Amino acid sequence: MERAATKSEIVEKLQQQILSMQGFRQPSAQQVSTGLGPLEAAFPNKVFPAGAIHEFLSPLAEDAAATTGFMAGLLSRLMAQGGPCLWIGTRRTLFPPALKLFGVDPDRIIFIDVKKEKDLLWTIEEALKCDALSAVVGEVSGISFMESRRLQLAVEQSRVTGMLRCSGPDKIGNTTSVARWKITPLASALQEDMPGVGYPRWNVELLKIRNGKPGTWQLQWAENYFQHLSQPVPVSKLVMQQTG
Amino acid sequence: MLSLLKPELRDIPFVLAAPERGRKLIKAASAAAEALGIEPGAVVADARAILPSLQVLEEEPERAGKLLHALAESCIRYTPIVAIDPPDGLILDISGCAHLWGGERAYLKEIITRFKSSGYQVRAAIADTVGTAWAISRYGQVRAIIGQGAQAEALAPLPPIALRLEPAILERMHKLGLYQIRSFMTMPRSALRRRFGQLLLDRLAQALGEVKEPIVSIQPVEPYQERLPCLEPIRTATGIEIALKRLLETLYLRLLQEGKGLRKAILKGYRIDGKMQQIEIGTNYPARSVAHLFKLFELKISTIKPGLGIELFLLEAPVVEALSQEQETLWNITQGSEYKVVMNLLDRIGVRVGMDAIHRYLPDEHHWPERSVKLAASLQEKSPLAWRNDLPRPINLLPRPERIEVTAPIPDYPPMLFRYKGKIHKISKADGPERIEQEWWLQQGEHRDYYAVEDESGSRYWLFRLGHYGADNPEWFIHGFFA
Repeated sequence: MERAATKSEIVEKLQQQILSMQGFRQPSAQQVSTGLGPLEAAFPNKVFPAGAIHEFLSPLAEDAAATTGFMAGLLSRLMAQGGPCLWIGTRRTLFPPALKLFGVDPDRIIFIDVKKEKDLLWTIEEALKCDALSAVVGEVSGISFMESRRLQLAVEQSRVTGMLRCSGPDKIGNTTSVARWKITPLASALQEDMPGVGYPRWNVELLKIRNGKPGTWQLQWAENYFQHLSQPVPVSKLVMQQTG
Repeated sequence: MLSLLKPELRDIPFVLAAPERGRKLIKAASAAAEALGIEPGAVVADARAILPSLQVLEEEPERAGKLLHALAESCIRYTPIVAIDPPDGLILDISGCAHLWGGERAYLKEIITRFKSSGYQVRAAIADTVGTAWAISRYGQVRAIIGQGAQAEALAPLPPIALRLEPAILERMHKLGLYQIRSFMTMPRSALRRRFGQLLLDRLAQALGEVKEPIVSIQPVEPYQERLPCLEPIRTATGIEIALKRLLETLYLRLLQEGKGLRKAILKGYRIDGKMQQIEIGTNYPARSVAHLFKLFELKISTIKPGLGIELFLLEAPVVEALSQEQETLWNITQGSEYKVVMNLLDRIGVRVGMDAIHRYLPDEHHWPERSVKLAASLQEKSPLAWRNDLPRPINLLPRPERIEVTAPIPDYPPMLFRYKGKIHKISKADGPERIEQEWWLQQGEHRDYYAVEDESGSRYWLFRLGHYGADNPEWFIHGFFA
């Protein structure tokens, strides 16, 4: 038993050494508790990588709503640190009062509704350079490798968390972003088959995570907290739902 | 002045009156009233006896003075030195100005037309001395422009009152039969002093130009403006940057002295071919830091086309506000410098994408979803209302509800399925209805019955039916997407 413990300790130490050799820098100053629970095991060192760029893919309008909900949940934790958040987009459909349901004060978000596409990435980059912000949300159609590298360089200086919601086609090329997520809505459930619509439920796919382990989880947002669903939905059913 | 504000008084005789020693005295009378013999200083009751239909208006004591000052300021367009001569006169020092309007005659005509077009009755005269101009403009009958050295000739036929004398002196002169200035102008000075005092001699000397008469010009509000002429025309971006920096530095010193910051600034470049180039910036808070303002301008310098070169730079700050020292608690930022960093960022973004792109929302007291938020007027504004979280509201709201086709079984039940964008969604769960009535004081129309529904794939929508079910073909709309 004792030997096993030391073994896992050694493995953990080695992993950390590998991470540091790979150039992974621990965002030591900001340890954001995202309340993601078991999902955090997927992150390097089991800490949500704040101060980095996260991509969220959502080609459909229904997915966009689920993605925005999940992002708002994360945002409420990031904004608890203080500082305003900038929400930058060209065709924003977000309804500010709904953010309150995810624990975000809508009046603490400054919306920048850019008219021209070419100003969009400039504004996002400029915002990411500003270290007084708690987070920056950008609604883009897609992002190229070069553009993502510029944004990554900006956050490496400022340690601001950037969240990009990519509404473009599903396929997206290689980027330097730390994480890539895909959130799709799941059917909600109420106790004892009561009528009505329950808490929002999502299928959270972590498609890519640098130095971490990608995976899939089922979460629900209830009373200002992320909850893991105790009985994960079988994969076969999931696939059926997505295709149907 | 009043005939301007109230056009109906234009041709009606009216007077301004104020109570004095228990009776109402006329302080000013319109031209139509004066023509009937109603003059300032008379009692209103007497004037009513002359003209029963006379309009009597209350006089506001401060008003005339303020108006005169405003008129004086508007005259700065004609000359930089304008003085007020209470109660009803303006003195303009026009040395070296008249030729810009094509001579004294055209200059005088321009001023008179301008006043007349605004509804004022005005008399004006040009002379070498203030005294003569005063006399001619009030009592002159022949010419309005008195040539060089012709003061004595012009004054001679005028009554003594034209010399700005006290009523006591005037009365004495009248008794002695001195009805015109010419009758005493040539008298020995010592005799005049003995009989009428030093004042008459002074006034006479001032009018004739023997003594200088100083005038006190009003202080115009100095615009926040800095100029930088260039010896050599500037054609490069670096040159423009250097010029801009120097202008910002001088402006900074002035703003620092006055404890102010600017909200808007314009840089104008006058090219040697006579054309003008300008760039404009705005800020979210009163700013004066050279580095920050330079950064804002820097984003736009590339849009300046120097052509053959710029010979004069002009930096203007049309909107200037006092700097506030208040710390920002709203944003939960502990250090003031951090708040400033955010404001600077927003300034930069505002310059690039436009200030109107920056929005912030506050809750509003309306149930109608489209009106439940309002734009905040500033980044500091707080709302007395709290955000509600007791009602289901979609995270994404369509800018305009879109028509959908539904199959609904029973009245007041959510639909069983709906078709949106060609796709059929079978509804498995539903919440509602939540009836939201039109706010009739704002807009007429049917109420909406909202349902939160979930289809079989788990996507959640916000649908509503317009109006009552009883209508033969109720209209259904999709308005938003839940998370």
